[in-house]
Amino acid sequence: MADYLPHTSEEVVDMLDFLGLSTLDDLFAHVPAALRLSQGLDMAPGLSEPDVADIFAEYTSANEATLANLVCFAGAGAYDHEVPAVVKMLGSRSEFVTAYTPYQPEVAQGILQAIFEYQTMISRLSGLPIANASLYDGATALVEAVNMAAGSTGRSKLVISAGVHPHWRETVRTFAQGTGHELVIAPLVNGITDWSAVDASDAAAIVATYPNYLGFLEDLSVPKSLATQNDALFIACGDPVAAGVLKTAGQWGADIYVGEGQPFGTALSFGGPYLGLFACTEAQIRRLPGRLVGETVDTEGRRAFVTTLRAREQDIRREKATSNVCTNQTLMAVTAAIQLSYLGTHGLREVATRCAQGARYAYDQIVALDGVSAVSDQPFFREFAVITSQPADLVLERLVADGFLGGLSANSLAGTKDGSLADPTHTLLISVTEKRTKAEIDSYAAALAKAVK
Amino acid sequence: MTMRAQPGGRASSAPLLGNGTEPTIFEMSVAGRSAYQLRTTHIPAKTLEELVPSAHLNPDVVPLAEVSERDLVAHFTRLSHRQFAVDLGAYPLGSCTMKYNPKFCDSVAADPGLNSVHPGAPAALTQGWLRLMVDLEEKLCEVTGMAAATLQPSAGAAGELTGLLLMRAYHEARGDVRKRVIIPDSAHGTNPASVTLGGYEVTTIPSDERGLVDLDALKKVLGPDVAGIMLTNPNTVGLFEEEITEIAAAVHEVGGLLYYDGANLNAILGVVRPGDMGFDIVHMNLHKTFATPHGGGGPGAGPVAVAARLAEYLPGPKATKLADGTYDWVQPENSIGRVHGWHGNAMVLARALAYIDVHGGDGLTRVAQHAVLNANWLRHRLRHVLPAAYDRPCMHECVLTASAFKQQHSVKALDLAKRLMEKGFHAPTVYFPLIVDEALMFEPTETESLQTLEAMAQALEEIAVEAAETPDLVRNAPTATPVSRVDEARAARQLIPTEDAAQR
Ligand SMILES: Cc1ncc(COP(=O)(O)O)c(C=O)c1O
Repeated sequence: MADYLPHTSEEVVDMLDFLGLSTLDDLFAHVPAALRLSQGLDMAPGLSEPDVADIFAEYTSANEATLANLVCFAGAGAYDHEVPAVVKMLGSRSEFVTAYTPYQPEVAQGILQAIFEYQTMISRLSGLPIANASLYDGATALVEAVNMAAGSTGRSKLVISAGVHPHWRETVRTFAQGTGHELVIAPLVNGITDWSAVDASDAAAIVATYPNYLGFLEDLSVPKSLATQNDALFIACGDPVAAGVLKTAGQWGADIYVGEGQPFGTALSFGGPYLGLFACTEAQIRRLPGRLVGETVDTEGRRAFVTTLRAREQDIRREKATSNVCTNQTLMAVTAAIQLSYLGTHGLREVATRCAQGARYAYDQIVALDGVSAVSDQPFFREFAVITSQPADLVLERLVADGFLGGLSANSLAGTKDGSLADPTHTLLISVTEKRTKAEIDSYAAALAKAVK
Repeated sequence: MTMRAQPGGRASSAPLLGNGTEPTIFEMSVAGRSAYQLRTTHIPAKTLEELVPSAHLNPDVVPLAEVSERDLVAHFTRLSHRQFAVDLGAYPLGSCTMKYNPKFCDSVAADPGLNSVHPGAPAALTQGWLRLMVDLEEKLCEVTGMAAATLQPSAGAAGELTGLLLMRAYHEARGDVRKRVIIPDSAHGTNPASVTLGGYEVTTIPSDERGLVDLDALKKVLGPDVAGIMLTNPNTVGLFEEEITEIAAAVHEVGGLLYYDGANLNAILGVVRPGDMGFDIVHMNLHKTFATPHGGGGPGAGPVAVAARLAEYLPGPKATKLADGTYDWVQPENSIGRVHGWHGNAMVLARALAYIDVHGGDGLTRVAQHAVLNANWLRHRLRHVLPAAYDRPCMHECVLTASAFKQQHSVKALDLAKRLMEKGFHAPTVYFPLIVDEALMFEPTETESLQTLEAMAQALEEIAVEAAETPDLVRNAPTATPVSRVDEARAARQLIPTEDAAQR
C-alpha cells in the first residue's frame, strides 16, 4: 500500500457520503460496465521506495558506460562537460522543477525572468535578435526551423548538408512525411559539404552546420550565398559551446540558428531531456515556434515578464498555428541560463578554448598512430573523425577493456547507407571536452594504438 | 459538507509575497567578476589563433553575465521565490494534472548510473537503460491496453504528431489516400495543430448539450476520406464519453483510426483502458499522469502506444529484448523513422517507471479513484458558488462556469482565478475548453487533502462574496503577489524579448 494519497479511510467514506455514493467504484458508474476492468491492471502490486530502489540498482549496475566506469571521448551532440554543484543545486530547486508553464505571470515571475535571461544569452550566442523559450532538442528544433522556412517562402524543398548530424537529418525526414517537404542532401567531400552540385532552385531552406558532425569547420559563406541566390532561408545549426568563440550564426548571415543546448548544464542523461536552441531574425518572428517571453510592466509600473505574441501558438490559432509545441524544455533552459551565468563571458570562452586545445592535443597523437588516419585535413574544433584499420565498433569494444568510451562509430550514427562517408564502419568520431586531462588523453592514445592493431 | 472538527489536518497553501523587483543577471554583472572553476588538465595552452583559422573566429567577445557564485545563488534563489509551484501548494490547473511529484523519482533520475550514460554508447554497455525502456514500454502498454509503444516523443504534442504520422503510414501502406482527421470542438489546441503538421485537414464536430461527442454529427462527417478521429476520454470538459464504443465502431466502419490524447489518462488508470474502448493509437503525458515534474514548462515525455497492427510503423530504433535475454536497438519493420535526436527524454522515462513501480497496479487504480473523488467532491462542494458547465458526474477534473458573475457583477473567470492566487492557491485553467463560457477548469488531483480542498472551496466562497460586495478588489487582484496584473498588450506591441532589445 505504498502511495502518496492523503485521505484516511474515514475521509473517503465522508467524501463519498457527501456525493451520495457508497463506494469508490460508484464514481465510475457512468463508464459502461462492459469496458471497465474487473480485475484491475495485470501488474505487480506497489512496492515501497526502498524496494523500488533495489530494482533500479539492477538497471544502473547493468549500465557499464557510466562516467565513473569509462573515460568519455564520445560526443556527436552529447558532451561530457563539467556541471558544477552550484548549477545542479540551483537547477533542481523545487520551485522551478514543480511549476507548470507560466500561464499566470503574477505567480510565475521566477521562471519567466529566467527564460528572459536565457533568451538574451541564446540571442547573443547565435548573433540573432530573437530566441525562443526552448524546444525539445536539437533535432526537433531543426524540424521547426525547416517548417518556418517552408512557411516563410511558400516552398517545400530543403537542401541539407550531409554534415548535419545523421539523427537530425533522419528526424527531419520523418516529419517531412506529414509536411510533404522534399529533402536534397548535399554530400560531404573531404569531410566538408560540397554544395557545388546541388540544385537549390526553389529551395525553402539551405541547412548547414558548424562544426559538422564529424567535427570539421566549414565556410558558411558558401551555403549562405546559395540561399541568397535562390531566395531561400539560411539555417545554421551549431555547437553552442563553439559559439563561445567562433563566428556566430548571425555573423554568417543565417536567418535561423538551431543548436543542441545539452552542453549548458545538462548531464548526458542517455540523450534526454536535452534542450533545443532556436533563434531567428526579426523578419521571422510571426512564425516563431513555441513560447516567447517579453518584458513589460505591471499595473504599478514595475518591470514584469510575460509570454508574448501568443497569437502564433496552437491554443489560439489551432490548425493554423505555426507549430504544435506546447510543453517545451523550460527546466533545461533555466539550467542553461544558470550554467552560462556561472561561466560568464570568460568562462565560456575558456571552456571552448580548452575543448579545442584538448582536441588538437589528442588529434596530433592519434593521427600519428599506425592504423589510424585522418578523415580530412580540414580544420576542426572540439571533435574530429579518423579512419581506423580495424572496424570502429571493434576498436571501441577493445577500448572499453582499458577504461575508455573511446568515441562513437560513424556507422552507429549514420548507418552504412547514409552515404555521407566513404567507409562509416571504419570511421571513429572522437570528442574532447574541458574535462579531459593530458594524462587521460595520453593513455587513451596508447590504448587506441593497441586497439587498432 | 462541513469539515470534521478534529485536531490537526490544518490546510496550508502558500501565497507568494513580496513586491520588489529582481535585477536581471546582466544588471548584476560587473566586468572582471567570475564564478567558474575548471579542472587542471596540463594540456598545452595553445591560443585560439593557433587552433582555428582566423576566418572562423568571432572578432568580438560574446558578453554574458559576470557574477560571483554568491550573487549567482542569490539571484536564482530569489527568482525561485517569485515562482509558485506544486511544492508550495495546491495547483488545480485543469488538464495539466499538477499532482505531487514524489522526491524518490527525482532521486532515481539523479543517479549517475542512469544520468551519466552517453546516449551513443554501444547497446552492450547500456543494457540497464535498454531494459528499463523495455520494462516501461510493457507497463505503459498494460495501462493503455495497447500492444507496443515508442518512448521517443518529448511531450504530448510530439506524441500527437507521431501518432498522426503512424496513422498516415498505416493508411498509405494500404494504398489508401485519406485527407481528414476529425476533432471535437472541445479539443486542446495541440490536436488541430498536429493534424495540420501531419498533412491532414481538420474537420471539427460540435459537442452536444451533454458536453459529449454528438454521435449523429460525427456520423454525418464520416466517410472514406477520414483518416481518423482524435479524442480524449474523459474529454476536456472532464466528462466520460459514454458512447465511446459506438463512436469507435462508427470510425472503424469507414476504415478510420481512433487516436487517444492521453492528457486525461489520470482519470482512468486501472479502471478502463483506451485499447478496450477501441482506440488504436494513444499518447501519454508522463509529466501529467505519471508525476514527472513539469519543470516550469517541460521537460515532459509523450510515449505513443499502438494496437498490434500499427506496431511495425513505430519510430525506431526501439529498445528490444532479444531471444537470448539481452537487449538491443531494433528498427521496426516499416518504421516512420526517428522523432527525437536520441532515445527520448530518458530521465523523464526513468522517473515515470519508478512512479509506476511504487504504485503498482493496485496503487495506480487508487490514483484514478482518488483523483475522481476529489474532483467530484470539489464540484459538488462549489455547486452553489460556481455551477458546473454540465451538471453530471465528472471524472478527474470539473469545468465550472463564472457566467453568472460576469453577468451580475462584471467579474470574469479570469478575475476569480487571479484573486484565488492571492489566497494561496494556483489558479485553475481559465477559458479552456473554448466551448464553455467563462470556464474555470479545476483539476485538484489525488494528492490534495480534504482539508486543502475545503480551504480552496472556502477561498472561492469568500471571493464570491467579494465579487458582489467589492468587485474591484477581485477585478484588480492580485496585488500582494510579486507583480500585479501585467500589461500583456504592451508586451506584444513593444516587443522586448531580450535585455538587448530593452536597451535599444
Ligand atoms: C488535452 C491536452 N492535450 C494535449 C496537450 C499537450 O501536451 P504537451 O503540453 O505535453 O505537449 C495538453 C497539455 O496541456 C492537454 O491538456
